[in-house]
Amino acid sequence: MSKKLKAVIIGPGNIGTDLLMKIKRSEWVEPVWMVGIDPESDGLKRAQAMGIKTTAEGVDGVLPHIIEDDIRVAFDATSAYVHAENSRKLNELGVIMIDLTPAAIGPFCVPPVNLVQHAKELEMNVNMVTCGGQATIPMVAAVSQVQPVEYGEIIATVSSKSAGPGTRKNIDEFTRTTASAVEKVGGAKQGKAIIIINPAEPPLLMRDTVHCLTESEPDQAAITASVQAMVKEVQKYVPGYRLVNGPVFDGNRVSMFMEVEGLGDYLPKYSGNLDIMTAAGLRTAEMFAEEANNGNITLPARG
Amino acid sequence: MNLNGKKVVLHDMSLRDGMHAKRHQISLEQMVAIATGLDAAGMPLIEVTHGDGLGGASVNYGFPAHSDEEYLGAVIPKLKNAKVSALLLPGIGTVDHLRMANDLGVNTIRVASHCTEADVTEQHIGLAAKLEMDTVGFLMMAHMASPEKILEQARLMESYGANCIYCTDSAGYMLPDEVTEKIGLLRAELNPTTEVGFHGHHNMGMAIANSLAAIDAGAIRIDGSVAGLGAGAGNTPLEVLVAVLDRMGADHGIDLYSIMDVAEDLVVPLMDHPIRLDRDALTLGYAGVYSSFLLFAKRAEAKYGIQARDLLVELGRRGTVGGQEDMIEDLALTMAKEKGLI
Repeated sequence: MSKKLKAVIIGPGNIGTDLLMKIKRSEWVEPVWMVGIDPESDGLKRAQAMGIKTTAEGVDGVLPHIIEDDIRVAFDATSAYVHAENSRKLNELGVIMIDLTPAAIGPFCVPPVNLVQHAKELEMNVNMVTCGGQATIPMVAAVSQVQPVEYGEIIATVSSKSAGPGTRKNIDEFTRTTASAVEKVGGAKQGKAIIIINPAEPPLLMRDTVHCLTESEPDQAAITASVQAMVKEVQKYVPGYRLVNGPVFDGNRVSMFMEVEGLGDYLPKYSGNLDIMTAAGLRTAEMFAEEANNGNITLPARG
Repeated sequence: MNLNGKKVVLHDMSLRDGMHAKRHQISLEQMVAIATGLDAAGMPLIEVTHGDGLGGASVNYGFPAHSDEEYLGAVIPKLKNAKVSALLLPGIGTVDHLRMANDLGVNTIRVASHCTEADVTEQHIGLAAKLEMDTVGFLMMAHMASPEKILEQARLMESYGANCIYCTDSAGYMLPDEVTEKIGLLRAELNPTTEVGFHGHHNMGMAIANSLAAIDAGAIRIDGSVAGLGAGAGNTPLEVLVAVLDRMGADHGIDLYSIMDVAEDLVVPLMDHPIRLDRDALTLGYAGVYSSFLLFAKRAEAKYGIQARDLLVELGRRGTVGGQEDMIEDLALTMAKEKGLI
């Protein structure tokens, strides 16, 4: 029996296609289905060309095949509005749902911070927060693992070309969800998130600034070591994740200046913001696969 | 230029854009004193919020002396005729802030985006229009896009429900001909019931000239700031604009001596530094950089030993937009490393 978990991707857009390309290289996850709603969509045609089974009938189109194809994990790259139904239907069949939408009906997952815990507890729905959250919350956590953080603030700057219509139409969801995850996962008592869209040409790489206000005087050596170790953890699945400057210390303020370059699979390299989401989603599925293979968790039983 | 009899609605920025120049530290008493002074002088509209709008309180932009709620709650009940506006930048503030402002009696909401990114304002403009607020779309850094692009983005905001569109010279970069062209196109092509406004900065010494060009080209709302208190070299100084408009016979409804006195007796004494065209403020205009970067660049110069002017020119070259204050310290660190200073 293969150690690989078989997967379905819902949503054949930019994110879904980039994810498919990444999963094809994975040692732990095997892409089997791509789910769309438009038979003429480029995304479904691309998936077919890559040898993946497709359906244009939404999640209902793949439900009859879940057991026979032994699908164990789903990635939802659609929208917050349809996610809850997708998740309910697939969870019922014992499929673990990795939510790349802003729906956030399951717990937030930022791989180097809390993925191990989610995998051990076999969470059936985990949410990947936002691109800005994936890029910055590891840094907030790196500081809060050293000493209490009173306030954590992140500023994510993305290129205009990499900010899709969904993000633009629901920009408040980005700020709210990210701020909430800065608290819940990053460990800051209070979180704040800001997003800036920059139209410069050529498009800029994703930039992220993280400011933490520590309760007491920051332990500079310990925080610097923790931040550098955390950068290495993120680089395991996002090689283009870089600490450009910092941590710099100013009173109780600790600031880190990050840059995220994507792998350029389907999305251009400047779209580090989209790449870090797909990479984090895949990393999450791989951890579930590793834990199941090691016998640390038992996937839902199937007859 | 003949502005005789032209209607102009002036809009004071000293208690919002002026917050940048005060590092967001204006006291409630100072706000109330200035706002009531402006009200008595006949100012129809006064903006009150953090310099970066509702929800701007942050490490990135600076924590204010008081919250937006406290400022709005202190000022609004004290005004007899003037209305209050609040700025909101999607990505920084949310519809929750907008509802709070509406509940506190804010009359006008100005939803701002970079001049090419108007589609981030749909939620906020839509809600403000639904709440029947005076709803303004505020296209920032308008020197960075062509007149046709500005019009396209203005039409988006109009379609979301804005009843007024601003062409905003956030960097104080524009010269009068550019103002004429952009305002003229908006006035010609937008719905005739949609008002057009202009917001200037004095970084190239053009704020008064640009405001006159805007009025001549069809703008009815003109932003300025009493004593010029605002980011960079300040906004269009309103007492000066009122005097000029008086001589030209425009219909603005402000008492000149009263607004002169507010400027001289209330605003100038609270300035932390003279609002003037120093070399760094001039560089903002020359390089086309967001005006509120000024004090951040000066602080980075003091801390890292890189000239503010060099930082601002490089930020302009990189195409930074409003809100990217975090890039100033980041760039100073990078340049200081390159020079072996740290």
